[in-house]
Amino acid sequence: MGIFESFKNGLLKTRGFVAEGFTKISAGLGRYDEDMLDELEALLVQADVGVGASLQIMDSVRHHIRQTGDDSVDSVLFAMNNQMLKILGEKTELHIEENTLNIILLVGVNGTGKTTTAGKLCLRYKGEGKKVMLAAADTFRAAAIEQLQVWGERTNTPVIAQTIGSDPAAVCYDAVHAAISRRVDVLIIDTAGRLHNKQNLMDELSKISKVVYREAPSSSIKALLVIDATTGQNAVIQAEVFSNAIDIHGMVITKLDGSAKGGVAIAVAHKAKSPILLAGLGESAEDLVNFDPEIFVRSLLPNS
Amino acid sequence: MLEGLSSKLQGIVSKMRGKARVTEQDIKDMMKEIRMALLEADVNYAVVKEFIAAMTDKCKGQEIFQSLTPGQQIVKIVHDSLVELLGSEQNKIHVSPSGFTVIILYGLQGAGKTTTAAKLARLLKSDGKKPMVTSVDVHRPAAALQLEVLARKVDVPSFILPEEKSAVKIAKKAVERAKYLLCDTLIVDTAGRTTMDEEMMNELKDIEKAINPTEKLLIVDAMIGQEAVSVALAFEKAIGLDGFIMTKLDGDARGGAALSIRKITGKPIKLICVGEKIEDIEDYYPDRMAGRILGMGDVLSLIEKAQSQFDEDQARNTMERLLRNTFNLEDMLSQFEQIQKMGSVKDMIGMIPGASGKVKEEDLDERIIDLNMAIIRSMTIKERRFPNILNATRRRRIAAGSGTTVQQVNQLIRQYEQSSQLMKRFSKMNKGKRRGGFPMSGFPF
Repeated sequence: MGIFESFKNGLLKTRGFVAEGFTKISAGLGRYDEDMLDELEALLVQADVGVGASLQIMDSVRHHIRQTGDDSVDSVLFAMNNQMLKILGEKTELHIEENTLNIILLVGVNGTGKTTTAGKLCLRYKGEGKKVMLAAADTFRAAAIEQLQVWGERTNTPVIAQTIGSDPAAVCYDAVHAAISRRVDVLIIDTAGRLHNKQNLMDELSKISKVVYREAPSSSIKALLVIDATTGQNAVIQAEVFSNAIDIHGMVITKLDGSAKGGVAIAVAHKAKSPILLAGLGESAEDLVNFDPEIFVRSLLPNS
Repeated sequence: MLEGLSSKLQGIVSKMRGKARVTEQDIKDMMKEIRMALLEADVNYAVVKEFIAAMTDKCKGQEIFQSLTPGQQIVKIVHDSLVELLGSEQNKIHVSPSGFTVIILYGLQGAGKTTTAAKLARLLKSDGKKPMVTSVDVHRPAAALQLEVLARKVDVPSFILPEEKSAVKIAKKAVERAKYLLCDTLIVDTAGRTTMDEEMMNELKDIEKAINPTEKLLIVDAMIGQEAVSVALAFEKAIGLDGFIMTKLDGDARGGAALSIRKITGKPIKLICVGEKIEDIEDYYPDRMAGRILGMGDVLSLIEKAQSQFDEDQARNTMERLLRNTFNLEDMLSQFEQIQKMGSVKDMIGMIPGASGKVKEEDLDERIIDLNMAIIRSMTIKERRFPNILNATRRRRIAAGSGTTVQQVNQLIRQYEQSSQLMKRFSKMNKGKRRGGFPMSGFPF
């Protein structure tokens, strides 16, 4: 299955919502008047694009119509497509460097799918013939360690873990040293879910990040923020606060297939400084794909 | 950070203050702000639209135009209508007349079903019930184990079959087991699912048929966006729901989903989860939720928190001593302990309207209380009761014992003296009026 098909299938719900709404609003007239544009704006808000980003997109659509005098469906689609791409930015891939240790640190609020993403990434790099190691730095949630260990067994990957309640920074310390001495290519660290407004938990995260950077100075370290696509406008705040606590390399949007409101990707990109790198489009491991803004927008909007 | 609606409304209110009367344009402006705030709070778009239309009509009524404080009047109308929408009454978990209640928890992946199952079990247990928990999550690795660990923590029996692949079979056996153990409540934790997945939704229907649950509750993440309504409707349509439990309300999401699902399904929100600890599950109060969605702080919750965590006996004791003017360092220590029980100072400040923006995080050092407690604990009983005897040698010893400096010890003693002074005055003022109550004003800072 091509990447476009996986996006299209994964975004079936959102596409259904946005594209259908789009067509319904123009009601076969083939053009948009001011009221219809307002409705389009509402449609975007309803897809969790957020008030700020929706306003920006519609402003650029209105500007485009004023400039060209063309208020046809194609013209609106064109302007919308452009502005969405502008917000989402260039396509950026999660790059694994050769001949060095790559450390992927997965962070985020509770229940976004960090452990599952860790397992899926593990499968991906295993498939590419890399030497992978997992680290269970979620020492808080009951059975989080075991959940990662199951992934380890499934993928035949070593899992560095201590017991529940132990210091996550200590787990990371162990994991980094084990990864260095075993000459691992990719070390994937799963951390505990933390609500970004809990200062002590955010401090703990800074400590984890500090330990990793200190113990592995010559490796390539990338912290990924995992965001649930069903999250509403709080996702924007999550991106902001996590980036303030540690250096966020990029974001992973999970469960895009489960939501008709995948627009949150645009809401987050509108405010966040780091790019969206990966998208979760389904339950299976292959469904964790590289995020491609162009394909994302193309599978969101109706075909022109 | 999102600017709270209250501050925006306050801006409009103060603009109106000079005006003799409110114009339609004023109302329109305010409604625009409220609309934005509700959308930013993730309230469903259709719900917002309807709500704003109804509000505009209401506000155009006579009372606003004649009111002296029209701005506040509008905020009050909006707040009250929100409360009304959010449900005016509290809803408890239903108990089956048969004597055996089955509660089943549904939800999307990562909503917090397993954690909530354990929290609910603890809550029911503390209400005198005999609950058992079971996990029919045959999909997520270690999900059943997670529930078992949590159940052990709250000392409630659990029933899991990690090798069994049929959720229906587990559910049936769990019912038998619960009855055998003479439990009166069974809490069933299901696998997280997207409403898209027909196979998974059918699994739920099969479980429902097999065990006939009394309460079918949907677990909703407070952070959920516009999707909330379609999720709730899909579950309602497929299996029917009796109510909701909102989770992760300790985050800073506004929780607009509460309003949407309540309005669209008409089903009540029964409980809310407000923290990572197993005790962090509470009754749901519509008025507080309204305040939260509007960004107006949660004063009532704060007051109740203070009351429930306060050990009344101990507080009365301190009060007595205070009135007798014999407040010593032992009392101060017990006050510190009380404060700590109320949770982090930051949490409390977040609940005071208007305070969240004004107090900077770095100004709040939670450790200062720990530090002060350590200092007092390094004192002998005699020193605690008679602080006058604390000379330089003793202070040096206390500093060494508590891992602090003499300056810090001095500071604490100064603080004690100040509060002691304050209380002397307080006790003079209160002479003859010996009533119970909380010595809130007597806190040593």
